Amino acid sequence: MDDRTDHPLEESVPAAGTTAGPQIGKDEWVARISERRTGRGGWLGKVDERARAVPWWAWLTLFVALAAMLPVGFESGYVRRIAFDTVVFMLLALGLNVVVGWGGLLDLGYVAFFGVGAYTYAVVSSEKFDLHVSALVSIPLALVVGGIVGLLVGLPSRRLVGDYLAIVTLFFFQIFLTVTNNGESIFGKDLTGGPNGIINVDPLNVFGRELPVSRDGIFNVAYLYVALALFIVVYVALRFANDSRTGRAWRSLREDPLAAELMGMPVQWLKLTAFAFGAAVAGLTGALVTGLNTSVFPQTFEFPLLITIYTMVILGGAGSQAGVVIGAIAISVVLEVLREPGDARYLFYAVAILSIFAALRISRRLAAVVGGTLVLGFVAHAVAESIDASWTAGAPNGGGRVAGWASDWVIVPADLAGWLGPVAYITLIVLILALTLLHGWYRLALLVPTLYLAAFVWENVMITKPEPTRFVILGAILVAVMIARPEGILGEKRVEIV
Amino acid sequence: MLGSVRLDTFIQLTLNGLTLGSVYALIALGYTLVYGILKLLNFAHGDVFMVGSFIGFGALQALGGSATPKVPVWLLLVLIVLAAMVGCALLGVAIERFAYRPLRNAPRIAPLISALGVSFFLAYSVQLMFGSEQRDYDAFSISAGALFFNGFDIGNVRIPLLRIIIIVSAFVLMIALWLMVTRTRIGKAMRATSHDREAAAMMGIDVDRVIVFAFVLGSALAGAAGVMFALRAPTSATIGFIAGLKGFTAAVIGGIGSIPGAMAGGLILGFAEAYTQGYISTRWSDLLVFSLLILFMLFRPQGLFGSPELKKV
Repeated sequence: MDDRTDHPLEESVPAAGTTAGPQIGKDEWVARISERRTGRGGWLGKVDERARAVPWWAWLTLFVALAAMLPVGFESGYVRRIAFDTVVFMLLALGLNVVVGWGGLLDLGYVAFFGVGAYTYAVVSSEKFDLHVSALVSIPLALVVGGIVGLLVGLPSRRLVGDYLAIVTLFFFQIFLTVTNNGESIFGKDLTGGPNGIINVDPLNVFGRELPVSRDGIFNVAYLYVALALFIVVYVALRFANDSRTGRAWRSLREDPLAAELMGMPVQWLKLTAFAFGAAVAGLTGALVTGLNTSVFPQTFEFPLLITIYTMVILGGAGSQAGVVIGAIAISVVLEVLREPGDARYLFYAVAILSIFAALRISRRLAAVVGGTLVLGFVAHAVAESIDASWTAGAPNGGGRVAGWASDWVIVPADLAGWLGPVAYITLIVLILALTLLHGWYRLALLVPTLYLAAFVWENVMITKPEPTRFVILGAILVAVMIARPEGILGEKRVEIV
Repeated sequence: MLGSVRLDTFIQLTLNGLTLGSVYALIALGYTLVYGILKLLNFAHGDVFMVGSFIGFGALQALGGSATPKVPVWLLLVLIVLAAMVGCALLGVAIERFAYRPLRNAPRIAPLISALGVSFFLAYSVQLMFGSEQRDYDAFSISAGALFFNGFDIGNVRIPLLRIIIIVSAFVLMIALWLMVTRTRIGKAMRATSHDREAAAMMGIDVDRVIVFAFVLGSALAGAAGVMFALRAPTSATIGFIAGLKGFTAAVIGGIGSIPGAMAGGLILGFAEAYTQGYISTRWSDLLVFSLLILFMLFRPQGLFGSPELKKV
């Protein structure tokens, strides 16, 4: 699943026997772009290079085959349901990628299009208006309605430049929320059920046969296959769209709208189509989700969902389809793991240890930091215990083997003083920000207390509140990725034009 | 008889609009200051406002709470506003330094996404530290309701002291800002930077300092607005989003980048909201206000006081 099938790396490396140098009819600067883009060294660079040599459809087949095998290995309805949700996020991320990654437009109303699709499906296949349309009609209908609403919302942007588009989409998001929340009496008619939403929606039905949402009391795995099938269709369709004239035009629009306009491209129309494509994918996904949930509520389509999808796209790499799929999987799994304190603890220590290793490699500095942190922890723990035994008497939240070990090292008071949590949290953020400013040995010296404080905050503050913790982490990822690696995991590095 | 009732309602709604509007105007000023200089929509600004209301709450508790304050009432109010302003100014500087400055030469969309991340991070950090329940300043307990019962009458409508304090102090802050921007050296530097950043840098203006100063001013005003808001209604970790949306709506109406525009836009939005709630429907007021805005932006995207943007190639 690579974005550059026509990867020009082979061209830029001269074949054996020929001499490297200026070649007639070839733009050196353009030819070297690929080197600049994938300029990663070491074994990671080699893996990257090899992976990019495999055509995208091979990756897609491999991935879908693996995903389809998942129910064989996992009997539990819970895991299968999470897999379904992940595919839904992948679809949403693919749609947002069209707008943000290819079009370079900031769409803050994306979740509303998802909601439009969901409500469309619910209206045409529920008791509410006594309509029971086949899924073969209602899913395409949701797609079309989503796309049309996307066009309509995009229309004002014809006259608006730059950031105003983001504002209009945000207004649209608010309007959508107002309408759905108060839709139980629009001119006296009940359209959306208001805050109570629409319930008793039909599950998906194909060729006259209804797909039950659960079988033997657990999640019906057929839905996972429906979702995967839609995923393949959307992935391939968008892939072709991106390789078409329109796709190239989108990217030129992203790189430099003014230049694109001067080259005679219909900039406004391109913006509208990018918008409509994204909105259509979101609408389709909305119908799929509603078919499984058999209900729809306005509370589902709130701001946190928007940020979640944005984080997936940005982390994976805006502009790369494979990237946003990977981003969606990573974020979806992380969010799920964070729900359970015991699992979340594993994740925290694993990420902490791995990132220290990645940052310092195997070196004396690594030994100094790890040793220093461990010693600091045991000393702090012993001192705290000798002053007041209750300071270390707290039981770590959630289970797991690491919990016992952590409680010998991290101070977990029996009852945390109200002021201590916020103070420790704010100090931690200040320390982390300070770390980015320092260099050399100062940075290493500060890293030791920061790591210990991070463990303290994790065990005492964050692990007990999974909900805000998940979103704090999303926000932090968004900022950190934007600053440290704006192209995300797999995205294209922008070619700087001087 | 009926006429006088109508008049009373009108006065009451006007008062509501004025109070709301002056808070919106303070928030809008922060958007406008930053946008004028950096051309960046600082989505995190609404959450700075929210943090301000929480700092004010903390300061209020530290000073003994609203029922039994350790200091005189006027000093209490001044101190909590000051605490929120200073705290938010520091926060604003940190946000600029760590989330926006590294992206100053990045593509336009990058700082916007970073701003979304900051906004989300702040809202949920507060929720993580202090929970999601509402915090009430309980201004009613301050000297046994004096702020609500005292005041003066217009017709049959009592104008409570608290509202007068809020409106007057908001206007004092706005006038102070206006004087600072038009009469001082740093204000001149701000106007120059906003006009043309590169040319200003060539004329020897320290652009970084000007940008930091814009964030200090904007965030301090947001902090003050946060306290003013929370004196009347309970605050919570999630108010930042809507407050921010209203604030930059106000800034857009007035013409983003223009300081008098932000003040006028805030008041217009406040009145529009109060009157639609009073005369049409509370339920649909947001819908009406936002739909009107989309129309407004279609026909006058530069706002009331802004000048149309000229694109240079």
